[in-house]
Amino acid sequence: MKSVIYVLTALGVIGLAFWAYRENYATQAVLNNTDRLHAEIRDAHSRLAVLRAEWAYQNRPDRLRDLAELNFERLQLLALNPDQFGAVDEIQYPAPELLPITNSVDVSTMNAENDL
Amino acid sequence: MIRTPLRPLARILSARENGENPDAIEHQNRRLRHEQIRDHDRNRAEGRLLVLGVFFFCAFVVVGARMGLLAVSDPVEPRAQAPGSIIANTRADIVDRNGNILATNLDTHALYAQPHHMVDREGAAKALVKIFPDLKEDRLIKDFTGKRKFLWVKKKISPEQMQAVHDIGDPGLLFAPRDMRLYPNGKLAAHIMGGSSFGREGVHAAEVIGVAGAEKYFDTYLRDPANAGKPLELSLDLSVQAASERVLDGGMKLMNAKGATSILMDVHTGEVISVVSLPSFDPNDRPHAAIAGDPSDSPLFNRSVQGVYELGSTFKIFAVAQAMELGLVNADTMINTAGPMRVGGHLIGEFQNKNYGTISVSQIIEKSSNRGTGKLALLIGKERQQEFLRSLGLFDKLDFEIIEASGSTPLLPPKGKYGDLSAVTISYGHGISTTAMHLAAGYGAIANGGRMVKPTLLKQTGPVIGARVMREDVAAAARRMLRDVVAGDDGTASFGDVEGYFVAGKTGTADKPKARGGGYYTDKTITTFAAMFPAENPQYVLIVTLDEPSENSGDKPRRTAGWTAVPIAAEMIRRVAPLLGMRPTIEPAEVAGITLTSSNN
Repeated sequence: MKSVIYVLTALGVIGLAFWAYRENYATQAVLNNTDRLHAEIRDAHSRLAVLRAEWAYQNRPDRLRDLAELNFERLQLLALNPDQFGAVDEIQYPAPELLPITNSVDVSTMNAENDL
Repeated sequence: MIRTPLRPLARILSARENGENPDAIEHQNRRLRHEQIRDHDRNRAEGRLLVLGVFFFCAFVVVGARMGLLAVSDPVEPRAQAPGSIIANTRADIVDRNGNILATNLDTHALYAQPHHMVDREGAAKALVKIFPDLKEDRLIKDFTGKRKFLWVKKKISPEQMQAVHDIGDPGLLFAPRDMRLYPNGKLAAHIMGGSSFGREGVHAAEVIGVAGAEKYFDTYLRDPANAGKPLELSLDLSVQAASERVLDGGMKLMNAKGATSILMDVHTGEVISVVSLPSFDPNDRPHAAIAGDPSDSPLFNRSVQGVYELGSTFKIFAVAQAMELGLVNADTMINTAGPMRVGGHLIGEFQNKNYGTISVSQIIEKSSNRGTGKLALLIGKERQQEFLRSLGLFDKLDFEIIEASGSTPLLPPKGKYGDLSAVTISYGHGISTTAMHLAAGYGAIANGGRMVKPTLLKQTGPVIGARVMREDVAAAARRMLRDVVAGDDGTASFGDVEGYFVAGKTGTADKPKARGGGYYTDKTITTFAAMFPAENPQYVLIVTLDEPSENSGDKPRRTAGWTAVPIAAEMIRRVAPLLGMRPTIEPAEVAGITLTSSNN
């Protein structure tokens, strides 16, 4: 009975050692991967910073204005003027057409010709 | 353990036979047993102590070993529990109110040399001069062949230059990584940005420090690693700023002015949407400060907060507003402005010695009568006047978020010399020198219905409600007067009207004081137009100030604000208001007249 316990214990120790060995290497692999990812993220951040700076530089108002002037013939871009936009309720819509007046009845002449 | 009886029968019996006391045997046995027990206990205790000692020894050895290991090993970042985002060791960005980048960082390299590692010193110096023409060859050879073991060659180099230096192939030429501060918009908002340079420099890194403007004011915030991902949000609007700069630059050239400044401020929050000071500079390549001469000649001079000048008649509205606030007059009260008017032995005159006669308070503003506001100032009294102007912030140093604003203390009459004459001259803007930013704050209070407003460079989330400095109806009446200055028949700012935006404002022309004292120039002026729009419910205050303008289209040069600052301000409003999303208000069309139907007689 005792020898069975000894054998089982020994097997258990071997098994645990094997498990710990594998875990150790798995952990190392994950850590290395994390490092690589961190490095990638760092690179991506710095690339992003450069791209943002580049974007801001390419879109600086001076350059956009120069481009608009250079390409004026094609784009016809002009500065926005106050008379180019407004509130919808301030737009004068054309008056609806009057229905043709048939059978008109004179109510009063009010001496119109004399007044005008 | 074999237990020995305390009274063994054999010994007791023999003792009894010998007539000895058998109790002695019991005592002896009891003693022996106790000794045994004591020895056993001592052994056990000693064993326990030993185990405990070994345990403590091991524990202390582990702690000590760990400490020693930590002390001698290089620091390593925890790899397993790294934070989700990478902590960037860079200066925070600066962005405008819409998130457009105003200042950011770029990775670059610095070039340094270790001459004792160099192979071909003269050859390297020659090759370096070819790459960087601004370096001096003989100087480099002297440095490389001398005793120095380390020297910086270039603080910032481009990737192409770095490759070229790399191609020289000398082991003594080395690169150090650097963060470079970049202002992608160039000259735009240069005075606000200020500029930056390197602080302490090492081979592995260098700290970037702000040297002027907001970069210096917010240096601590920007350098704090905790804020690396959180850009500093300013109240400026990139496109409005660009448009203002363009208009002001064109206007300044047209009016032959030496310098110009403009401030556009939101009257409810105090946010400064654009602030321009011309001439300007490029913060990427900040010029050196002028050592001699007039500081205002340097492009580094920020006219909006450093230009402390008498701003002239723009101050008149404060005297009128206070007189109305105190109930001394109303807009229609008639005031006799006919001369001569003598205060403290000095004659108070009008512009070009005009005489406006008896006019209403409203007309005093419209025609800009010095004697009119002077009489109101005498009615108000010097103490109350000081109190009122102080409540508008016109007597105090500006609390604006750029470092240059610390030099913006207004110039006032010396203590104890604030007499009636000062009160009268200050009522029309002479004898008190302030910056344009002070004026913006004062007009902001009139524009927002009578509440004190503090100009700020930081984006605000909602209206900032300041202390009340005048009644709402007084502010509204003052605005109507300012509207008359622009829209009235005799208004001094008739060029200032912009269709749809109902501009209100006041002009101010002040002769420039001579730099070394001794009176004023007769042919140099500072012209100011302080405007707000739309007049009924102003959203923005605009201050335009020109330094030494002269409008030369007529027979003789015109140097008044009405001819110089006002048209520029009008053009600026026309250009900028649509960018701010303000719809022009169209005046209602004429109601169709009643037409008579024709009739046949």
